[in-house]
Amino acid sequence: MPSLAPESGAPALPLIRVQRSHGWVSLRLGDLWEYRELVYFLTWRDVKVRYKQTLLGAAWAILQPLMTMLVFSLFFGRLGHMPSDGIPYPLFTLAALAPWTFFSNGLTQSSNSLVGSANLITKVYFPRLIVPVATVLSGVIDFVLAFVCLIAMMTYYRMAPAASVAWLPLFLMLAVIASLGTGLWLSAMNVQFRDVRYTVPFLTQFWMLATPIAYPSSLLHEPWRTVFALNPMVGAVEGFRWALFGRAPAPVEVIAVSFASATLILAGGALYFRRMERTFADIV
Amino acid sequence: MAQPAIRVEGLGKEYRIGGKPERYTSLRDAIVRRAKAPFQRVAAVMRGESSVLSSRTFWALRNVSFDIQPGEVVGIIGRNGAGKSTLLKILARITEPTVGHADIFGRVGSLLEVGTGFHPELTGRENVFLNGAILGMPRREIERKFDEIVAFSEIEAFIDTMVKHYSSGMYMRLAFAVAAHLEPEILLIDEVLAVGDLEFQRKCLGKMEDVSRLGRTVVFVSHNMSAVTRLCSRAVLLDHGQVVASGPTPGVVAEYVFKGYGTRAERRWIDDAGAPGDETIRLRAVRAHDSAGTVQESFDIRQPIAIELEFDVLKPGMRFTPCFDVVNDTGVVLFLSQERQDWQDIDRPVGRHLATCWIPGNFLAEGTFSVDVAFWGFRTPPTGLIEENGAISVSVHDPLEGGSVRGRSTSSYPGVMRPMLKWETTLA
Repeated sequence: MPSLAPESGAPALPLIRVQRSHGWVSLRLGDLWEYRELVYFLTWRDVKVRYKQTLLGAAWAILQPLMTMLVFSLFFGRLGHMPSDGIPYPLFTLAALAPWTFFSNGLTQSSNSLVGSANLITKVYFPRLIVPVATVLSGVIDFVLAFVCLIAMMTYYRMAPAASVAWLPLFLMLAVIASLGTGLWLSAMNVQFRDVRYTVPFLTQFWMLATPIAYPSSLLHEPWRTVFALNPMVGAVEGFRWALFGRAPAPVEVIAVSFASATLILAGGALYFRRMERTFADIV
Repeated sequence: MAQPAIRVEGLGKEYRIGGKPERYTSLRDAIVRRAKAPFQRVAAVMRGESSVLSSRTFWALRNVSFDIQPGEVVGIIGRNGAGKSTLLKILARITEPTVGHADIFGRVGSLLEVGTGFHPELTGRENVFLNGAILGMPRREIERKFDEIVAFSEIEAFIDTMVKHYSSGMYMRLAFAVAAHLEPEILLIDEVLAVGDLEFQRKCLGKMEDVSRLGRTVVFVSHNMSAVTRLCSRAVLLDHGQVVASGPTPGVVAEYVFKGYGTRAERRWIDDAGAPGDETIRLRAVRAHDSAGTVQESFDIRQPIAIELEFDVLKPGMRFTPCFDVVNDTGVVLFLSQERQDWQDIDRPVGRHLATCWIPGNFLAEGTFSVDVAFWGFRTPPTGLIEENGAISVSVHDPLEGGSVRGRSTSSYPGVMRPMLKWETTLA
């Protein structure tokens, strides 16, 4: 029987060894890079479908933070006389709601992303990390819309962004890291224990209260303010306010602590995800 | 021997089967169970069990080893649950083996399903790019082949329509067109040919033949013995997760057929409750067997096939005829045959009857056929006494050894029937 063996001297074909992985496996970030086009396409699909399928489309991305801002301004700003570090209260809270909405949507959607992509996971190989990564990234578009809204509000209040606005991408990145890190933990757990899904709304609600969105973290005194920053969204929100309004000196400790904690969550989440990954296709 | 394309060594896959969960009897029970479940789970984790449900395990694959050389087209056959799909999923890296390993030398493309990841809300064009990316095609390659893909799918006019408005035929065509343009060194295909209409299946088979001619390695899981015989130079027969035969296709297919790994060639009804019929006549069994009387599901195209009907006549003076028709996998009734033409004049004696009809060899085409059984009775008004559609099914394959209509030709051979007709050719 003729078999077309490769010519001698032909470059050796890549070898993949399929076998059981043991314990904590490496992240294989190289794989992720190799599949970057799939990340792009899945992100693009999520964005496209979301904007096609929903009645309000793009308006949805703006309405969510805006409505929350209205409610907060009325109850905390007007009625509760909450201090807002000398910034008009609606602006103060919207500057926090923009990154927060991105974070909580990313967290909610990515925690359900693996189960939602069961048909892909059981039929095709690709690094599973791509699924939650693409889901979180697709939220960036929503964020941009909300941010435009925020800029419009600032114009209305005749406030120009401070020079420190150049740092803003850094704090968006902090929100991405926090959102993805938590999303990795939850999505992997959700495959095994479907009840995780029910705890997510509770978790985000709780987390929102533990983040200085309706109130300034200047209400806390050191060292508690820095301890508070273990919640990475504290750093993201305070960072956002500082970058936009530039009123106080940069809260460097808060930001550093938040970055460290977000990175830990992400690294732990990625490792946990990779550890659980090998059974996804069997149980999803 | 040169370096293989795939080397599988001692591969095994163990699955957990959860203990049978009891059915919820009431909402209250369901709520109580829900409330208790987390505690039981925590307790189980404390005891060192990974889950309360993990009570038993079974091996879907066990000690499977074989080599596949570059350029070979290998068929994986076996009945349902033999481990074929599990094997393919391991080779495709979708799931990990429990023991052993598989070495793969080359870029792998897997086609476990056509249209994986198609999104109904996106247009055909968008889905081509999405699906291509999911199947591992670089974007530049998709762009380069886009026109070719659309032409192959024959749905140019609808390429910018949302896929949810497609008919299932259009959907399949587009999905397959993307898959067909995958150019990996190793292609894994699972039963893709089992779906779609005849024309679509033919297109798939044609494309697969092209692929194998280009010297790529193909692993093909299928129930379709005629496709396996035609396409694959070698076959691996799995049973209960183990390799029971491996080698040149005709021998392995014969092994599958001879051992009776198929199970749909006989139907029996033991008790009256389930048996078709009434107090006058009851069907007892329908089976297909060869000339030696061996019941089997898969027949050599050259062999005659016996369709045997076993029935009880329970009342004297019944007038009827047993008959059956043969339907191919596209739903075409190829023919209908009845035992007697003069059945209105004959009283049937009471007792067990056995009626056998012989379908000659070199008569049916290759493929899978189902047999519908009916008994036509004489009553006023005349009615059918028994109708049992899809009672049994048989498949017909050509081992390509000559003596059939096809002879040694391996290309696709059209026609719903394949009778061996008489030819006379003279010098005029």
